[in-house]
Amino acid sequence: MKYRPRTFALELVMIAVAVGFLFPVYVLVTLAFKDPAQIANKPLSVPSPPSFGNFGEAWRSAGLGSALLNSTVITVVSVLLLIALGSLAAYFLARTATRLSYSLYILFLVGIILPFQLGMIPLYQFVDNAGLLGTYQGMILFYTGIQLPFTVFLYTGFIRSLPADYTNAALIDGATHLQAFAHVIFPLLRPITGTVLILNAVQIWNDFFTPLLYLGGSGHETVPVRVFGFVNQYTSNYGLVAAGLVLAALPILALFLVLQRYVIKGFASGLKG
Amino acid sequence: MTATVATARQDTAQRARRWRHSGIVPPWWFAVPAVLVYAVVVLYPSIAGAGSAFTDWSGIGASRSFVGVDNFKQLVRDSQALGALRNTLLLTVAIVVVQNALGLLLALGVHTGIKSKMLLRLVFFAPVVVSPVMVSFLWKYVYNPAPDAGLNAALGAVGLGGLRQDWLGNPSLALWSVAFTVIWQCAGYSMVIFLAGLEGVPAELHESAMVDGAGTIARFRHITWPLLAPAVTINVMLSTVGGLTLFTQIIAMTNGGPGYATDTLSTVLYKQAFVYGKFGYSTAVALVLAIFVAAVTFVQIGYLRSRETSA
Repeated sequence: MKYRPRTFALELVMIAVAVGFLFPVYVLVTLAFKDPAQIANKPLSVPSPPSFGNFGEAWRSAGLGSALLNSTVITVVSVLLLIALGSLAAYFLARTATRLSYSLYILFLVGIILPFQLGMIPLYQFVDNAGLLGTYQGMILFYTGIQLPFTVFLYTGFIRSLPADYTNAALIDGATHLQAFAHVIFPLLRPITGTVLILNAVQIWNDFFTPLLYLGGSGHETVPVRVFGFVNQYTSNYGLVAAGLVLAALPILALFLVLQRYVIKGFASGLKG
Repeated sequence: MTATVATARQDTAQRARRWRHSGIVPPWWFAVPAVLVYAVVVLYPSIAGAGSAFTDWSGIGASRSFVGVDNFKQLVRDSQALGALRNTLLLTVAIVVVQNALGLLLALGVHTGIKSKMLLRLVFFAPVVVSPVMVSFLWKYVYNPAPDAGLNAALGAVGLGGLRQDWLGNPSLALWSVAFTVIWQCAGYSMVIFLAGLEGVPAELHESAMVDGAGTIARFRHITWPLLAPAVTINVMLSTVGGLTLFTQIIAMTNGGPGYATDTLSTVLYKQAFVYGKFGYSTAVALVLAIFVAAVTFVQIGYLRSRETSA
């Protein structure tokens, strides 16, 4: 495509849109570097001199260190379970044509549109009875179950598009079904496993409703739940709140910048099935 | 989804037949762990939830008795729940229309020869990966009612001080302020799905249309737009379900207020359960929400898929 005056004009328009789009981010970041006097006198200015005190205090009062650990444990274990359970089940569903496998596939599809609010209270009661409220295990069980339909849907669609003859050789070699799956089939699923990993990880990392119910007050709160409590506690201390938000958003934004191509591809292709 | 299911059925049958010829059928127990977890976390609680919508269940451990459709009778007289239903639908329509229109414009803007296009994609997409709770708190400050903070300060600075508002405190404005927050966060998601669609439009089609003298708008209408149909389907469905089940942004920004001006079905069923302990009534609201989501999804799939095949 040639770079014409029209292209240049479009470039300027798009950059102007991006600047407007980033205005809230500018407000937040500058706020985080200001002391209360600067916030009161010059709400929109660039902080001069910048003060860094908000960050240390926000990190401690919000308990972000342990929140990051909690979020990481819950997200990593849930995503690994989703990949293992989802790919195995999808392999069976995609490669058999019995009434059972067809009904199971439809049953999983139903789960994609079923709002989790419908089962919210019975599940809460179950998790409570099982003694899993406030634990990593309770959250991991929840995420593995709630994200399975979508995961199975993605894997099944992908496996159907693969040619069927791969496991033969492995099975003839005397491998078990599970070994054949792990060494022959699973590596072929790498592209869709990437998508499954990214979409589930972002969803689980950022989720709020259920961890608020299950983890509130337990000491195992994830980042969004801690931030919620922190912001509501320090509502009017704008600089501190802003610093907490910046710190809490940084890890996932940094990861996004590192993996940008994969993340955008994952989101763009995720639902094509 | 009906079309998907039908082709899925044929596909599976065909491939599985070939598979059987090769002599290998995956063992059924491959599906057992997933089915068990799915049954415990989704199927059983959903069925139990649908059942308790017809009871007077009032808390963990409390006894419950069958009350027929009493909860639904209460619902149609409950002005808070009806207001929440109305808010939910308004929010959903606003989000679906504006988010996807913006997403499409952004996609068209960066799917060009401009030099900053890769950077701009990153900028517009970045909010998608951030927790909605944090985005909501960011915007809660931007919507600060003080005349010299956030958006109001910016309006003042560019000489539009007359447009200053109490964005979240004004009952007739708050819903739209919340909707805009969602749109700001999710427009980049729509953008990347449209971009994937645009990348599938063959360049030769545009070139030959240009040779025939077709202008930008004509080419968009007759080439790009019809070929974007699958992207439109995905975007509309995603944003519809997101809008109908909107919860986090409301709880973080307004908690349903001022008054009940921004309550949605999700916030009402949450408050009914965990503030008032009315579990039976809460699950009745949840059942209405589930039926809405299912009905809208099926109608949309039917309509949008037929558009795709006719395109």
